[in-house]
Amino acid sequence: MLTYTIKRIGLAVLILFLVMLAMYAMVFVVPGDPAAVALGPRATPALKAELITRMGLDQPLYAQVWNFFRNAATGDLGFDVWSKRPVLSMILEVFPNTLILGAVALGVALVLGVSLGCLSVIWRGSLIDRVLAILSVSMISVPSFVIAIYGLLIFSVWLGWLPAIGAGEKGDLGSQARAVILPAFAVGISWVGYLARLVRASMLEVMGANHIRTARAFGLPEGRIVARYALRIAIIPTIAILAVGFGSILSSAVFVETVFSRPGIGSLITQAVAKRNYPLVMGTVLFMTAFYLVVVTAADLLIARLDPRVRDVYRS
Amino acid sequence: MTAPVPLLSVENLTITYASDAGPVQALRAAHLTARAGEVIGIVGESGCGKSTLASALINLLAANARVTSGAVRLRGQDILTLPEDAKRAIRGRHIAMVFQDPMTSFNPVLPLGAQLTDFQHHLPQTRAEKRTRARAMLARVGIPDPDLVLTRFIHELSGGMRQRAAIAAALLMTPDVLVADEPTTALDVTMEAQIIHLLRALRADHQGTILIVTHHLGVIGELCDRVYVMYAGQVVEEATVDDLYHAPRHPYTRALIACDPAHLETHTPVLPTIPGHLPDLTAPPPGCSFANRCPLVTSRCHTAPPPWVRLSDTQAALCHEVAP
Repeated sequence: MLTYTIKRIGLAVLILFLVMLAMYAMVFVVPGDPAAVALGPRATPALKAELITRMGLDQPLYAQVWNFFRNAATGDLGFDVWSKRPVLSMILEVFPNTLILGAVALGVALVLGVSLGCLSVIWRGSLIDRVLAILSVSMISVPSFVIAIYGLLIFSVWLGWLPAIGAGEKGDLGSQARAVILPAFAVGISWVGYLARLVRASMLEVMGANHIRTARAFGLPEGRIVARYALRIAIIPTIAILAVGFGSILSSAVFVETVFSRPGIGSLITQAVAKRNYPLVMGTVLFMTAFYLVVVTAADLLIARLDPRVRDVYRS
Repeated sequence: MTAPVPLLSVENLTITYASDAGPVQALRAAHLTARAGEVIGIVGESGCGKSTLASALINLLAANARVTSGAVRLRGQDILTLPEDAKRAIRGRHIAMVFQDPMTSFNPVLPLGAQLTDFQHHLPQTRAEKRTRARAMLARVGIPDPDLVLTRFIHELSGGMRQRAAIAAALLMTPDVLVADEPTTALDVTMEAQIIHLLRALRADHQGTILIVTHHLGVIGELCDRVYVMYAGQVVEEATVDDLYHAPRHPYTRALIACDPAHLETHTPVLPTIPGHLPDLTAPPPGCSFANRCPLVTSRCHTAPPPWVRLSDTQAALCHEVAP
């Protein structure tokens, strides 16, 4: 397990390094002078020269790359071109909103997806199973921003049940909870369909396995067989998919946060891109990549914890 | 005075499977009896119904299977008609099973120790006591380092160790009936010999009855007292092991013995086979199922079901053409 853990973490660090390199290269090959873009067409040459020096763009390429890595390693992601505030603190300020949105969306997806999947298994072949199958596929095929816009229209504009914009009052948990419901459903709903199909398929496969028959042949109660013998195996593909899907949940957060004018990483990056705010764009992308890698690595370690066959692949 | 109730008996058991082509009659009026201390062999080719019989014995028939008649009696009580909870109380405790492929019949993500402890859930002891018991049973079946094996996962053990562990699992509750489904099929020849030795050693001190389901005549000869030969869902002959080899009566049993490579007397480049194939079990023939492959066939074999002819105290056959 230790070897496996070290290898997974090493791999994550390597990926992060490559992403940073690729990101820097991309910004570098994009035509235009970052300082000119940042300051706009009416900037004086003196102002431009000042910004270029402050951003270190007059230094040779290798020195720029080195600075970038050294600063990023110490948590310094540079300064916002407009407000002059540190990028990291801007990210950390709004990140909890995105994290709550992602976690609630994931929670909705997990609870609904896994239970609908289990229902389909219990009543497989029945009308309920078929209705759930159609429902799941519909949920998968509708994009999150469509759900967001219609959710907004129905529940906020027509019915007036839920707030249309924002993340709720600071310190007021009730209003924050009400504010997260619509965006979380918009992000999570396609995952409900996905997970329901996935859990149904893997559960059916596991329940038909020989070792489940053995457990039954020893008279173990059916509930214990499902919880201890089957779910442990059936949940593995779900964890793997969820971890990878966390990336797509974060990218749907970009749409959903924009639709709901909700502060968060998604709206931060949208505004930064619109204003060519390079340090903020790079900092946000880097932060999201690092966070995503943490999630995927954690999921891999959890899977290895659940399934000894996975960690044995890395032994030898 | 009435005859004592046998430990296990199967009476007139008929089981059908639902299929797209109509109900498949996997077992037709199958019957057997087993007394305490006996080792019974159930032999037949693939598709003869022996696995269905084994599943019926541990009360774990597939979802599409239906018992249309008959009974499986443990000490006289029919276990097929019990409520689900009572069936569960019998499984593992009174009737246990050694499955065909131990690699897939243990859970891959739980250590062996956890499973062997779970399998004793009928007992009131603590988990630590059950673990000690599991350890002792692993040592009994000849596993050299039982403490280590308790912490291992099934894929980390060798084939022979897996089969030993499967046997240990089935013996944990000292069941009255031990059903071994093809206990040596997944093993190579050396391992097979070792497992047969182990089963022989175990049969000496096993109080209940052991049923060995196999297509392998050599295993039957090594281990069993009496044999039931199955064909197309029916028991076609009942005999002691000696009679099976030296005085088989049913034409199918004779053909089966003749096909056993161990009994070939002349040198041959091709192994003998029984010509023809199993009848369609969705619509079994009105007469004898073996008629279209039988060398002794007469016209009545195609029209009338064969009688169960008692040939001696220990031998009987389902055939028109045998006589006591």
